[in-house]
Amino acid sequence: MVDVTDRARQLRGKGWDKPLVFVLCLLPLAAVVYGAVLGGLGPDPVKALIVMTGDWAIRALLVVFSVSALRSWLGWSRLLRFRRMLGLFAGFYASLHLLVVATYLFAWDWTIVLEELSERPYIIAGFAAWLLLLPMVVTSNNYSIRRLGRRWRQLHRLIYPVMGLAWLHVVWQVRSSYLEALIYGLLIVVLALPRLRRFQFTR
Amino acid sequence: MLIKKPDDIASSEITPEAVYLRRREFMQGAAAMAAMAVAPMAFSAPSPLSHTPVDARAGNPFYTGETQTPFSDASRYNNFYEFGTDKSDPAKYASALTVDPWSIDVEGEVDKPGKYALEDILKSVDIEERVYRLRCVEAWSMVIPWLGFPLSDLIRQWQPTSKAKYIQFETLYRPSEMRGQRSAFSTIDWPYIEGLRMDEAMHPLTLMSVGMYGRELPNQNGAPIRLVVPWKYGFKSVKSIVKIRFTERQPKTSWQGIAPREYGFYANVNPKVDHPRWSQRYERRLPSSLLSPNRIRTQMFNGYEEQVAGLYKGMNLRRYY
Repeated sequence: MVDVTDRARQLRGKGWDKPLVFVLCLLPLAAVVYGAVLGGLGPDPVKALIVMTGDWAIRALLVVFSVSALRSWLGWSRLLRFRRMLGLFAGFYASLHLLVVATYLFAWDWTIVLEELSERPYIIAGFAAWLLLLPMVVTSNNYSIRRLGRRWRQLHRLIYPVMGLAWLHVVWQVRSSYLEALIYGLLIVVLALPRLRRFQFTR
Repeated sequence: MLIKKPDDIASSEITPEAVYLRRREFMQGAAAMAAMAVAPMAFSAPSPLSHTPVDARAGNPFYTGETQTPFSDASRYNNFYEFGTDKSDPAKYASALTVDPWSIDVEGEVDKPGKYALEDILKSVDIEERVYRLRCVEAWSMVIPWLGFPLSDLIRQWQPTSKAKYIQFETLYRPSEMRGQRSAFSTIDWPYIEGLRMDEAMHPLTLMSVGMYGRELPNQNGAPIRLVVPWKYGFKSVKSIVKIRFTERQPKTSWQGIAPREYGFYANVNPKVDHPRWSQRYERRLPSSLLSPNRIRTQMFNGYEEQVAGLYKGMNLRRYY
């Protein structure tokens, strides 16, 4: 743990850390594009693409969600520098996922879209999670942060319902194995713990 | 690609013993190749199954002229949860399965119960080719040339009693070779159970399959013997069968146990009755691609309406899904 904080200290002030994180965040996209273009997605590339973008959307959400917890456990305050970028990437992968679903599963047929949105709980949960991400994406700039002040922090607590809805989106699709839903659920709860404690202390 | 032998071959010579005994080596080699994802399996030495060539006349329900799914896709992309939940898991891990020796326990309301060795079963039937559409409940589909024989041939031999109204099928339970059965997170309570009503089981379309694409079944596709019911969702077509039980009462199937609202006993392909979580009106015919997703309308009874609709006359298919 010690050398990790040392490492964070080393990173301080270096100009290349943000570009590095940016490139790392692009790697899943590279994998998606590589599979889609070179045909490595197998006989059902539509399904593969939906699963892949969805997996990376929830993983990106978990990464940005973990920033606060890592800060309070390990004192990694430097991570805050990346939080905006990580959040925007989570929004990006969630939007990519939605785009793929709308194109390939619903074929942009609005009767199908409306039917799915009114009948299928997991789709409602997933779509609601994406909708709640939007205001956070839109207000991620410095101007909004200054302008909104205290309300900006309140607005960005939307990450909690987003995580819950994203998890419901996963768990309501379970067919043959609980493993993935269980891992995501545990991670979300564990990462939320420091904040729950903070709420208690500030009461 | 199909390897056909002359019709005049004696039925006792179906699946020569030498070929039969070599099948394990063949499948291990083939699965290893699949795992390495090198040359298509079609080029490995197949063990051909002798069979009667299909009658390919137009309008023959036993033979759809639609484009067949390549063997490499049908054998590398499928559900067989006994080997894992990912579509590629069966091809990766099914080589661990020993399919020889194999026998089927026949039990229940039947005059000739007992343990039937697979080789004896195969001696008593004629293998023929059937090209069927396969519609998965997950809204993808394939077209597969099966080798097999009508289930009714076996049922007649075993002579069910007048009390036999249903048939229950059971897949092998062998966690030492089926890694999916060792998973603590599986929703399925092993062994996998499926069932048919007797008239469905006796229907000429209902096939017991021992091969596909002119060769023996790959382990991952349900070797050495499986059911194929083309007008029902794929999960009804139970794989690697070790037990067949004739019953008076409707069997409780595995998927009914997991999610009774989502998977009924009948599970007939029906574009008008959605799975509670997704639409069944369309399907992706595989292989599909991102530029042409091959999204087609799902047909009533998977296109076998003319042959099977009579079985369900007067039944509310929304209630008996």
